[in-house]
Amino acid sequence: MTQSEQIPPSDQSPTTEPASNHRSEGHSRRVFLFKLSLLINGAVGVVLGIPIIGYLLGPAIQKGEGDKSWINLGALNTFPVGETRLVNFRNPVTTSWDGQTGDIPCWVRRISDNKFQVFAINCAHLGCPVRWFAQSKLFMCPCHGGAYYADGARASGPPERGLFEYDHKIAEDALLIHVGRMPTLASQSHNTPPPLIQLEVNGTAKLATMEQPKPRCSSCPT
Amino acid sequence: MPDLKQRGIDLYNWFERRLGLGTPAIEAAVHDVPASTSSWWYVFGSAATVILVLQIMTGVLLALVYAPTASDAWNSLQFIDHNVKLGWFLRAMHAWGSDFMVAIVLIHMVQVFLFGAYKYPRELTWIIGVFLLLLTLGMAFTGQVLRFDQDAYWGLGIGASIVSRVPLIGGALVDLMLGGPIIAGPTLSRFFTLHVFVIPGTLLVLVGLHLLMVLRLGINEWPMPGRLVSKKTYVAEYHQLTVKTGIPFVPDAAWKDAIFAAAIMLAVMACAIWFGPSGPSGQPDPTIIETAPKPDFAFLWIYAVLAYLPPNLETPVIFIAPVIAIGVLLLLPLLSGEGEKHWSRRPVAVLMVSVIAITLGIFTRLGMYTPWSPIMNAWTSKPIPIGYLHNRTPLERAGAVVLQNKQCRNCHAIGGTGGLRGPALDGVASRLTEDQIIRQVLQGGGNMPAYGNALNPSETTALVRFLATLTKNNLPRAVDASRHMVLSEEQSTPPPDNH
Repeated sequence: MTQSEQIPPSDQSPTTEPASNHRSEGHSRRVFLFKLSLLINGAVGVVLGIPIIGYLLGPAIQKGEGDKSWINLGALNTFPVGETRLVNFRNPVTTSWDGQTGDIPCWVRRISDNKFQVFAINCAHLGCPVRWFAQSKLFMCPCHGGAYYADGARASGPPERGLFEYDHKIAEDALLIHVGRMPTLASQSHNTPPPLIQLEVNGTAKLATMEQPKPRCSSCPT
Repeated sequence: MPDLKQRGIDLYNWFERRLGLGTPAIEAAVHDVPASTSSWWYVFGSAATVILVLQIMTGVLLALVYAPTASDAWNSLQFIDHNVKLGWFLRAMHAWGSDFMVAIVLIHMVQVFLFGAYKYPRELTWIIGVFLLLLTLGMAFTGQVLRFDQDAYWGLGIGASIVSRVPLIGGALVDLMLGGPIIAGPTLSRFFTLHVFVIPGTLLVLVGLHLLMVLRLGINEWPMPGRLVSKKTYVAEYHQLTVKTGIPFVPDAAWKDAIFAAAIMLAVMACAIWFGPSGPSGQPDPTIIETAPKPDFAFLWIYAVLAYLPPNLETPVIFIAPVIAIGVLLLLPLLSGEGEKHWSRRPVAVLMVSVIAITLGIFTRLGMYTPWSPIMNAWTSKPIPIGYLHNRTPLERAGAVVLQNKQCRNCHAIGGTGGLRGPALDGVASRLTEDQIIRQVLQGGGNMPAYGNALNPSETTALVRFLATLTKNNLPRAVDASRHMVLSEEQSTPPPDNH
């Protein structure tokens, strides 16, 4: 007999066992109990799953503007009129093990005495750090060649919009910006002007509670 | 001595009686395979598995020292490189093992595709293989993040920016990916979890299933032109073939796998010793912006594609193209599960592999020298070749200084040095008339920013005068034909008397 003639053994073994009473006796009860146990475990799974899913989705559950706050970038006289300067700040929300990653740079452009623009460092294309070139008055991105004009408007390359801007305000001769999250197309899809009402409504209250500027971090130049 | 041998056998039997793994394992090892499968083309799957084991071993060893926190990861890598005995070698093995693994998984996939091995009854083996490819790429990407340096930091920024483009839930997905509002400590922790627990665990389970199916369904026979796969007859035919030409997998076929695996391991070691570990590059400090982030080799082609997509197409392409590509890969065995297996009778298949390979190759090559990126320091580091300043008027030389100072060289090459973002300026005077150059400089266009605000009139004049001297290959300067006609008309018609 060759191997090819072998027939795989069929699954059904001959049912010749005589006294299978102990199998049928109480079988339905055991099946019921098993199903019940499945149900209980399902319920336990759901109860267990809710906190697990909540834990996992924690970072994505929107806290509104909760993780954003006003940060002092320094006295106004540190920003010469007509220039664009790189300024570093410590992100308002950090963990103690963030290290240098908690320091965020931004570009501050002083247009006139009390007119500013504060640009995020992240290119609006894919988030790489843009660099300011004062002579050609352009921001250039090293990753995919995006370029922006001095006012942040898109000049050329793959970005579909201008640079991201942080809301800012001037208080007590200091420049404050509203920061806390990495700007992306999702968080800043449109160039919305900063809500002016905000300053009037709760500006003073926020100013009162605002922390005084302190050295941001060891690596940040003052 | 015989006593010792007997004791060894007894010990084995003691375990075998309780575990019962030895007999099935030996049976699996020596099972018959068609003699045609003992081929050097059939060694890539086992080689990928061997490298997976290498990656797990080196990974565990690296994890003994690595500190998975944003503040210390970079320092701990330096510590492994310089303070731990042979730490640099382990890092190099792990990095090169990763490159080899991606490469071999791809080669394995191409071989399986061209040999028609995905057809009935091995469809699920292929489908699981597609997931294994994705997981392998996932390991490569998350591993690059764990090398927590500048490239990793900005690579995460690129990842987050891509994710943020998902409609509606983009913002929430960014938060999920980063574990917080910015790229920081929690971000590294998540990628550590993915790289060390989640992806390897899934990978191991799927590799197990993949191998199980290879054993269960038999290894794909060497395809013959004209021998078609039919669901009705294939299993019997394959069985017949195994009976007729069967040889035991171990040792008759497996020796080639073993030799190739050894060669690959030697190659990984050689690369590790020769080229050393990859990075870490600069510290993950976002305030150091003098950086040109780049992904690892396996992802360079994506980096290049992202540079070339037009802005309005980018988001749709980023999200639709991968879905289509992965969908096609997954559906392939279900849609074409029967028929011809041999590549010589599947021209479309061969064409597809060639086109995809050439495309990936070209984009990878482009990603290696990023012609779309401005060279940020070209304006200070690449002087204008002296030959371009000979016999120039003072005004034209002043224009050369303007060209340099206004960072034009970051995007435009002259004399072979400078950026490649814009066209090289040698010979620009033969392509554009002076008026066209003025217009292009002041108003920009065609991917060039407008310089009207950055140049005063005298700078513009000087710059354009200099550019107008740049001809090459003895080509004449470009002239405006209409102006020429006007001039010749002026010459031919005598001026009116009263003029």
